[in-house]
Amino acid sequence: MVKAGASGAGGGAGGGASGKEEIAAWSMTQAAAGLARGEVTSRQLTEIMLERIAASDNNAYITVNPQALAEADAADARRRAGKARSGADGIPVALKDNICVRGLPTTCASRMLANFTPPYSAAVAERLAEAGTVLLGKLNMDEFAMGSTSEHSYFGPVKNPRNPARVAGGSSGGAAAAVAEDLAYLALGTDTGGSVRQPAAFCGAVGLKPTYGRISRFGVVAFASSLDQVGPITKTVADCAWALSLLAGGDPRDSSSLPHPPADYIAGLRGVAGLADAGGSGYGGGGGNGGGRGSDGDGGRDTYGNGTVFGAGQGGRPRIGVPREYMGEGIQAEVRRAVSDLAAKMAAAGAAVEECSLPRAEYALSAYYVISSAEACSNLGRYDGVKYGYRANNYDSLEDMIRRSRSEGFGDEVKRRILLGTYTLSAGYFDAYYKRAQQARTLIMEDFRQAFQRYDALLIPTSPVTAWRRGADFADPSAVYAMDLCTVSVNVAGLPAISLPWGTDGDGLPIGAQLIGAPLSEALLLRIAHGAEELGAAVNSRRPNAGIGTGPAVGAARDAGAGSAASPASGSASSTGAGSAADAAGDAGAGRSEGGRLDG
Amino acid sequence: MAESEYQTVIGLEVHAELDTASKIYCGCGTAFGGEENTQVCPVCAGLPGVLPALNRRAVEFCVMAGLALGCEINTYSRQDRKHYFYPDLPKAFQTSQFDLPLCRGGYVDIEAGGQAKRIQLTRIHIEEDAGKLIHGPAGTRVDYNRCGVPLIEIVTEPDFSNAGEVYAFLEALREILLYSGVSNCRMEEGSLRCDINLSIHREGEPLGTRTEMKNLNSFSAAKAAVEYEEKRQRQVLAQGGRITQATLRWDDARGLNYVMRSKEDADEYFYFPEPDIMPIALSAAEIQAIGARLPELPQARRRRYRETLGLSDYDARLLTSAKAFSDLLDEAVALGAPAKLCANFIMGDITRLLGEAGLPPERLPFGGAALAELTALIAQGDLSNSMGSKVVESLFAPACAGQSPKEIVAAKGLSQVSDQAALQAMCRQVIEENPQVAADYRGGKTKAIAALVGQVMKLSRGKANPALVNQILADLLA
Repeated sequence: MVKAGASGAGGGAGGGASGKEEIAAWSMTQAAAGLARGEVTSRQLTEIMLERIAASDNNAYITVNPQALAEADAADARRRAGKARSGADGIPVALKDNICVRGLPTTCASRMLANFTPPYSAAVAERLAEAGTVLLGKLNMDEFAMGSTSEHSYFGPVKNPRNPARVAGGSSGGAAAAVAEDLAYLALGTDTGGSVRQPAAFCGAVGLKPTYGRISRFGVVAFASSLDQVGPITKTVADCAWALSLLAGGDPRDSSSLPHPPADYIAGLRGVAGLADAGGSGYGGGGGNGGGRGSDGDGGRDTYGNGTVFGAGQGGRPRIGVPREYMGEGIQAEVRRAVSDLAAKMAAAGAAVEECSLPRAEYALSAYYVISSAEACSNLGRYDGVKYGYRANNYDSLEDMIRRSRSEGFGDEVKRRILLGTYTLSAGYFDAYYKRAQQARTLIMEDFRQAFQRYDALLIPTSPVTAWRRGADFADPSAVYAMDLCTVSVNVAGLPAISLPWGTDGDGLPIGAQLIGAPLSEALLLRIAHGAEELGAAVNSRRPNAGIGTGPAVGAARDAGAGSAASPASGSASSTGAGSAADAAGDAGAGRSEGGRLDG
Repeated sequence: MAESEYQTVIGLEVHAELDTASKIYCGCGTAFGGEENTQVCPVCAGLPGVLPALNRRAVEFCVMAGLALGCEINTYSRQDRKHYFYPDLPKAFQTSQFDLPLCRGGYVDIEAGGQAKRIQLTRIHIEEDAGKLIHGPAGTRVDYNRCGVPLIEIVTEPDFSNAGEVYAFLEALREILLYSGVSNCRMEEGSLRCDINLSIHREGEPLGTRTEMKNLNSFSAAKAAVEYEEKRQRQVLAQGGRITQATLRWDDARGLNYVMRSKEDADEYFYFPEPDIMPIALSAAEIQAIGARLPELPQARRRRYRETLGLSDYDARLLTSAKAFSDLLDEAVALGAPAKLCANFIMGDITRLLGEAGLPPERLPFGGAALAELTALIAQGDLSNSMGSKVVESLFAPACAGQSPKEIVAAKGLSQVSDQAALQAMCRQVIEENPQVAADYRGGKTKAIAALVGQVMKLSRGKANPALVNQILADLLA
């Protein structure tokens, strides 16, 4: 919750032009511009964030970095000396607590690792440090990233900044809540089955899950190795694009990382204009596949808004498919309407939008839970109380020590996944579960491959529902698992996808729209998302107003305030903001290679 | 029924540590005997969040071993996780290979009990070694130095029918691995270990229940364990009992197997493909290039010794029985030394002196250059064979460390006297001092000359060139 008193404390921060609230509400791009103009210092930004973190009761942070101000001072000194490492030098950021940072506790929100401090940093933490960012701290989450609510934390649940009675989503709930409540300009989460996108949707932030392998996983505590991917949560699409530029690239320490050089993800952002012309992206696998369109004879295919179907000479228009499997039963009506509304507006802006099908979509949820649980049970075997982490106090043998340490150190949800994984990998069940899940995975990938021969991106909801009440008593765990319906297939297929806010439901809770791209098509995906974001400036209130309550009245109040609250962020970010972001990304690239030489 | 009606069926799983400089998934060193937990990093200690990066050299070494053993190399193979909880296994899984190993098939030809036999291999795969528990009075400690050292596991078909065959196989396998350079095969350091599966049955009947014997750390222990276990199983069946599936551990000191665990805790390893390491894809060209780096193997070397160097089959076998011996021979021959003379020194004085010093062949204190120089002195007539033996002794002596054979000969005055005038003087003296022998020779007893030669050699303290002495004596007595 934002405390009104914050604006009165620690005078001086923010200079003349902007108040603390306004500075806190800046996007990362705006904050970078403020630093570049000399309007604020990194120390001021960091102090504002630390004050807000201390005042907040959303429980987004597990650990606050005691070195944050020292890092900020160092960034300011670099900038004064004309030696800023990148445009992001001095920007306060935060990391989900399953991303290792040398010398800071990395708990994974588990009793098991409550006292674990890694002697190494994750590749993404190194990359952000090389860019000069200031680490504010480590963010709350579902234990070992298993969950969709961020309630399964040894350190207590995260509250949704839009409505503290609601869950923040998960597992990167702390990351989404921190960004949504202006407690960081950039937060990194991890996304194994939607854990970046879904909490971003629940909290009204932007969350990007890059292509599997696009960002190094080294130093990120594994949940399910073949599905895990680090992703940024930010206030704007441009910030996500910038963050990806800072993070993407191969890493010899992660064999699954892709060697392909990252694109300039910011240069191609064009706002709504990007929805009329997707050209110049360098990606367009579908260009030569026009002949195949409509060959399935699906005459009843819905179209959106302008009635566009594919035809000759449309190479420049981004082609958006809306898979009907994710727009029907099981999707909250308001969510369905919101996504249809976005589809129609994108079509009106020039995109070619049509309904399509992912016929094997129904297998994704089962395949995901089998594969992720199998890998989790393997990855979590190392927490045995022998070397580090929690060890039971009383035991009467080695075996008993391991059993008790695991029984006492892990929470219920983690135990459930371990049991599930152990079962599916057992001799005699392997073929029935794990092997069939992998076969389903192949079919799901094939579905997407075919879809991306026709479409540049697919549009579906991020979550079938908006944020539910904290402490909600689901009849059985699989009912919660079913809430991952819209996100897991992306991980199963290793694709990039982004969630952006698109309006609210009747309770004023944010709705997330999800755009999915072909492998390594982040540049195009971000361009389309950037256009959608600009279209949405009128329907989205990016950040919460002070004094959050519950009920429709609050939603109405927020809608009323949307004009003033949203315009500084989305309005300027898409015009001036994008320009400075491009400059900053150029700096970022230079900074990274310079950092490499220094390290070398 | 008589015990002898039963046939023994044995299969082996042999683990050999690969002689790479670094571990299989990280940059830590692999040297044996380092201080506890000094060759450990977050990766091999399995800390949260770290990832493995496969050491290509380990793959190459496995392929080399496979090619040396006649295996088919899979162009697409994969690594899998094998799970179990034990403090020496920090990730709670061992990264190994399950259904797509690097090498399939292959064989080792052995000779046991005077009979040649071909032992078929099932497969060879790569995997990582575990750490070691150190039990002490203050409790049990874990040393992770060995954790992540690359291993190959060589699995045979159940082709053995007795302990002698097992012993011969292990010797032949060790020899091939040593020659191919992929493992140092030091059993005393655990670089080569073997597990044995054994069952007995009557001909024409299905195979019996097998027991597994773990971690046999010497060839003789393997042999003894097989003999013990087949006898035990025969006795059990002879008394009307049943064999129960079990894992046994051989106690070398007491000469018996004891049960580690029985079937109730049968192995369940929850294998599944390792998601952090990409599959291993090898092109035919890459496999060929790896094969080209494979050194000459013992069988090929024996053939070359017979066919090119003109050595006997017996000599060839003895010389190749230790790679260090045959490397020594090849080095000396490459420098122009006569093969047979070198072979005689290696099989004679050098083997004897190593034995006396208690040294293995690879710890020989001198190399092929010294042997070449020594044999050249003899071939040129500057040194007698017996003096040659004295030079070899000196080469072993710490006092002569670093000295070449020439320097030793000079320092000790061992040089053979080939000076005509000096030898003639000595021969005249001996003829004068032994008139009767001289007369015998002149009288037709040609063999008598040998006694005179001996006297000259004695007079010269062994340094005279015997061939020359013989010639001079014959001339003087003519």
